[in-house]
Parts: sequence; C-alpha cells; structure tokens
Amino acid sequence: MPTFAPTNSAGIDVSDRQLANSQLGSLEYDPAPESAAIAKLESSYGLFIDGGFSDGEAHEQFATVNPANEETLSMVAQASAADVDRAVSSARRAYDKVWSKTTGAQRSKYLFRIARLIQERSRELAVVETLDNGKPIRESRDVDIPLAAAHFFYYAGWADKLDHAGFGVNPQPLGVAGQIIPWNFPLLMAAWKLAPALAAGNTCVLKPAETTPLSALVLAEILEQAELPPGVVNIITGDGSTGAALVDHPDVDKIAFTGSTEVGRMIQQRTAASHKHLTLELGGKGANIVFDDAPIDEMIEGIIDGIFFNQGHVCCAGSRLLVQESVADEVLRRLVRRVEQLRVGDPLDKNTDVGAINSAAQLLRIRELTAFGESEGATRYTSSCELPQKGYWFAPTVFADVAQSHRIAREEIFGPVLSVLTFRTPEEAVAKANNTNYGLACGVWSEKGSRTLWVAERLRAGVIWANTYNRFDPTSPFGGMRESGFGREGGRHGLEAYLNV
Amino acid sequence: MTRRVASVDQVSTTPLRLVTVEDRNVQIASTIAVPVIETEAQLKALIVSLSGVDAVGAEARAAKLSTRSIKKSTKLAAIEMAISMIDLTTLEGADTPGRVTSLCTKAMRPDPRDLTVPSVAAVCVYPDLVAHARSVLGSSPVAVASVATAFPSGRASLKVKLMDVREAVSAGADEIDMVIDRGAFLSGRLGQVFDEVVAVKEACGHAHLKVILETGELVTYDNVRRASWVAMLGGADFIKTSTGKVTVNATLPNALVMLEAVRDFAETAGRTVGVKVAGGIRTSKDAIRYLVLVNETVGSTWLTPNLFRLGASSLLNDLLMQRLKQQRGAYVRADEFSGD
Repeated sequence: MPTFAPTNSAGIDVSDRQLANSQLGSLEYDPAPESAAIAKLESSYGLFIDGGFSDGEAHEQFATVNPANEETLSMVAQASAADVDRAVSSARRAYDKVWSKTTGAQRSKYLFRIARLIQERSRELAVVETLDNGKPIRESRDVDIPLAAAHFFYYAGWADKLDHAGFGVNPQPLGVAGQIIPWNFPLLMAAWKLAPALAAGNTCVLKPAETTPLSALVLAEILEQAELPPGVVNIITGDGSTGAALVDHPDVDKIAFTGSTEVGRMIQQRTAASHKHLTLELGGKGANIVFDDAPIDEMIEGIIDGIFFNQGHVCCAGSRLLVQESVADEVLRRLVRRVEQLRVGDPLDKNTDVGAINSAAQLLRIRELTAFGESEGATRYTSSCELPQKGYWFAPTVFADVAQSHRIAREEIFGPVLSVLTFRTPEEAVAKANNTNYGLACGVWSEKGSRTLWVAERLRAGVIWANTYNRFDPTSPFGGMRESGFGREGGRHGLEAYLNV
Repeated sequence: MTRRVASVDQVSTTPLRLVTVEDRNVQIASTIAVPVIETEAQLKALIVSLSGVDAVGAEARAAKLSTRSIKKSTKLAAIEMAISMIDLTTLEGADTPGRVTSLCTKAMRPDPRDLTVPSVAAVCVYPDLVAHARSVLGSSPVAVASVATAFPSGRASLKVKLMDVREAVSAGADEIDMVIDRGAFLSGRLGQVFDEVVAVKEACGHAHLKVILETGELVTYDNVRRASWVAMLGGADFIKTSTGKVTVNATLPNALVMLEAVRDFAETAGRTVGVKVAGGIRTSKDAIRYLVLVNETVGSTWLTPNLFRLGASSLLNDLLMQRLKQQRGAYVRADEFSGD
C-alpha cells in the first residue's frame, strides 16, 4: 500500500526558504468504511414464491457468510424439488393468467419502477452485495448497482417496441424461464436475466448462487414494492440440487444459465431432446493483447482492471496478457509496480481496490492453480500487501514467463491472477489468443486503428474491447463462443433469448 | 528514446515480492540519462517516440481516483499539506501594493489566531510587485514567485521575455513562472519552445523555473505529455498546467498526464521535476483530489511543496474553513477569514 510520508530525499535543490515548509508529518488514508448496518439484513429469509416470502417445505436452511470475515450474515432457505415445483407452478399461473395478457407498455411500467427502486435503494444494495460477495464497496456502488438499474431501464424501453426488434411482427415470449445465476455479480446477473425476460413477456424462476443469495432477496422486496403481479418473478435459494430441479422441471420453457463450463455442459445434456430453450454464459480465459504502440499508462490501468476487477471473479476477465516482446520488460515492470499499489483489504472500506475471495472453495482452487504456475516454471510476482487474518484472501499475483502449455495459461483461475505471455507478430498474437477452448472476451491495445480491426476480425471471442477492458453497457450484447457458451445478453440481441423466434 | 529503467531482473528476486514505490525511488539514481539534445530533429524524434495518451482511459483513471474517501485525521493532514503547497496568487491589472501586503501577511500566517497552521509555499505576483512582496515577506520561509515572459499570452520576442525574467529575479523573485509559446508548440516548432525554456532557465540564475504549458490551449492529452517533456528537457524545475487566464484551467486528467510525465522523466533522466496545478481550484475537496492523484501516480515523494504546488487564491480560505470544521465539528462563517 502506498505510504503517504513526504520526504525531500529525491527533491530538487531546495532553497532554505522552501525547506521550512516541507517538514510535514506523514499522511495515510484513514479507514473510510461504509456502515454494515445500512444493509438492514434480516436474520433469516424464506423463498419468494407467488408474490410473498414463505418457508421451504422441508424448513431446511443454510448460512450465507461474509467472505471477508467468515461471519454468518443470514440464514436462507434451501429450496427442495417440491419448492421448485411450487415456484414453477406459480410462474406458469402468472404467465397464463396475467403476464401474457399485459401490454408491452404495462410491462415497461413495472420495469421502470424496478429500475427506479434499485436506484433509490442503491446504497443498501451496494452494502448487501459487498457483505455477501466480498467485492469492494467502490465497485458495488459504482458498477454493480448502477448497471443493474441501467439494465432494467434499458429493457423497460424495449417492452413496447418488440415489433421493431428485428424478430418479425408481434414476437411471442417463451413462457416460464428458469434462470440460474453465479456469485460474482449477484444483483447484476439477476438484472441481466430478469429484465429482458420480463420485457419480452416471460415469467421467471430465478435461483441465485448458493454463496450470494442476499441481494436477490432484497430485489424480491423491491419487486413487491413495485407491485409486480404475484408469480411473475419467483426467487428461490438453494444449492446445486435446487438448480438441478429447476433445470429438470418439465414445465420450464427456457433455461438461462451463467456459471462454470462444467455445470453448463451438464445442463445442456439434461435439457437435450427436450422442448427447453437454452442459453449459456460460461467461463473464459480472455486475452488482453498489447502492441508496442499502446497508450502505456491507460493500458496498464486496463490490464489491472481486466484482471483485478472483482478479484478476478469475472468470466470475461483478461486473465492472459499477451504482450509484444519488444515492450514486454517495460510493461511487466510497470505492471508489477502498479499491482503493488492496489489497496487490498476490508471490502466495506471506500478506498479498497481489491476485496475478499468469495468462498473457501474458490480460494482453494486459486491456490491450487497458482501452485501449478510455480511448479511449471513461471515467474511469480505477488503483492506484498498485508492480508487480513480472518476471511478468504488472495494477494494480487502476476505470473511472467508463462508458456501456452502451462495450466495457468489454459484453465480459468477465476481469481486475481494474471498470466503474462509474449508474442512477436500480430499473427502470433491472434494464434495464441485463439488457442483456448474458451471464447468470451479479448482486449486489443494499440494506437493504430487498422491493426486493432485486423486483430479483432480474427479473434474468436464474443466481446472484443479496444483500448479498454471490462466495460459493460446494457445496450451492448455480451456472450461467448465455443466453451464460453451461446446466446447473448444485453442490447437488442438479448431479447432473442426470451422470444420464440 | 529509451523508456527502460530498472530492469525487471532487479524486481524478481526471491521470495518474489514486488518492488515498492519507495524502492523505485532508490532505483532512480542508477538510471540511464536521456540523450543530449543538440538538434531540433533529435528533440522531435524523442518527443514523437513518447507513448500516446488514451483520452477515455486517462479521464476514467482520474475520475476513479477522485472517489477516494479522505476522512478524519487524513483529511486534516491533507488540508495542512495543501496549505503548505499553495502559491497564493494575485494576478490582476488592478493589483496594488496594499493588496500584495495583505496577501503576503496572510501567506506567512494564514490563520492569525492559530500559528500552527503552516505558511503557504509562495506568493505569486506580477514582476513590478516582486520587490514589494519581497520586502513584506522579509526572512520568512514564504518564497516570492513571479510570472514573467509576457504572461499570460507569451507573445513577445525572446529578448523582451528574458528582460522580464531578469528584472523579476533581480527584484528578489525566488521562482519564475514562465509561459511557453503555444503558437510555436502547436505549429511544430518544438526547437523554439525548447530554446526558450533553456534561455529562460539560464536567465533565472538561482531562481526556480516553473514552465506553464497552458494545457487549455494545447487541448489534447498527447500535446500535454509532449509539452511536458519539452519543458523538462529544457530544464524546468516545475511544469505547470495553466495561467488561470483562459477558459480551461487545471483539470484532473491533465494533471494526471503531467504527473506521469514527471515520473517517467525522473526514471529516464534521473531528475525530479515538480508539478503545479493552477486555475479554478477553489475548494478543499478539489485540492485533496489533486493530492490523492499525486500520491497514487508518482508516490509520496512528490507530496512536498518542493515538488507539488497549487496555484490559487480563494482556495486558502476554504482550506482554513475546512480545517476548523475538522477540529470543531462545525462550520464557521466565511467572514471569519480575511478576503485577501
């Protein structure tokens, strides 16, 4: 962490007149924590089915913990197959009786309400998200929550204009959508799923991730506040078995899943030869390609954002850095210096850059893969930041001298770990970037537009960023190729996943 | 130009810990010097070899850093640090010796009821008032800075500019704030800009030279970075954003680009150059944002009046007011502090 102690050691030759003024004490950032009380968490939460909260049939519960200190935040219900059936039936009823009969303008009204309520309760939601997920409050406050609201606003605008979305006249919804979302952007992923589904006229059963159910449950309160008709959205918490029951339920018309490639593969098998529509947004091993003419300072920031944003728990993270050999030393030197400046610690502190790893299981996986990185011969740089004693923490890490064949260059680590590889020609950069099973996102850094376009045309990835990374906008479609999944979320394209076209 | 400084090898010693900001400053001593500039072609080659600036990225970085939350004792310390870095400025056609007397008195003890408040770094006046300011300040630690070289437009012959500088220095100025010839810079006559800086630096003698880039007239960040390097290569002790006399004055992204330039210059040439932001900085919040920018771009080494200055006039009263607010928990009336 940067110390703030002013010294004259490197000063220009100073006159006596100026010296007297330069003897100030040191200055470090005092803790500036957001209050956890703002979250107003309940001690336990039920399942949100048919417009209200109720206990699960088996009255089973599990704890959701704060990954920054391992303390239990709340108890949430474990939904059984019977609960899933209840939720799907409720969604079906709501679809048949209410939602399929509403006009686009009416659906739009509800979506606008939800968007505004998210904005109104944004501070509370940001704290909930940070407590449950471990991400820095700066990110939940400035990225997750505003973007979630933006998605509802954006699709509110589409609800009465479906005729003009390019899918023919009067495109029809699919029916009941089962939506299973990951723990890395809990509320934002809920918004990505719910907003287009509702705009298109579907009803939903949403299952948040086991380790991060809380913001979805606050969203359930918001849906009540917005007077969304009962059953249009049902939110059920639980582990993998709940998700499996939802996937297998015969009355679900559509499954939308964001998460690991492993689980995605399982879901595709289980929905094969059924009537169910499917979209998958899975893992990634994004390549950030840096040419020697890149704007160096912004590029360094872009690499940092690409891999350390949300502790690297980002499916489209720029976890591979491909840097042109002629500037590799310089880029690595600056990168390592910048990594050292990242402020790692209390996620609720407004000055924290990197927060806690979401779960013990994820931490274990990151440790395992980084151990492989060392044993396979990559050079490891790890931030010297102090990590808190309790909770799940991993210091920002950069591996240099990584080869294409190393596991850390091939497997998704899903943590604050960057693998640096080099290339000599644009052809080699493209070949290395594409040499992966994934195909979610890539970045290209160059001041030469023609080269950026040449590279972008050849990259096999759903999203290509030029001179930036990890920028999201509801108007822009997002999704993968190959083992990163199929289907698009966001933009006009995002409607297609929820329309019978 | 080569941008390589400390090789990565130096960093990657076991047990594979990172080099810290402080370590980096030690490494500056062993850096490669920039090549000697003998022709305009050499200068141009060096300047165009500088990395470009991505405007969206630079603005995003500055905006992100401006969300840092500086509270409690950090805020108090930052406020006092900012006070000590002020060039308390009056640059009006209507300036009078009386006004300068008042300014100098305030510069020496900003809050007469509390002598623990540090004095400001300097007062900044037009050349004809330097002698008067010098006599009021006497042996106090507050320096006298003077704008010279046909401030603020810079539109005069080099001969006139140098006369302007020499007079200010002989009247007792410790620091000279010169303006670059923006017309020459924008039309690509970098050699002329460089030569003027060299000549003015020589005319300054013992006085420190601050080179005003007038970023509002350079418009692009690429230009700001390039002008920063021309000024530093020419011998600037400080590079400064603005005269305060044009529409766009100091902005956080411009300051960011200049701070990156001084950081890279220190690593390449082994000489530390200061940065002065000026124009439109009126509130403590603004000032603290600049301090954060300095802290997280070039490191705490630059958090001294020797290497960072805030050119301002009304800012001082806001800092004093916020300082009292931090200590007492309540605001005092604006009239508690003198107007000049």
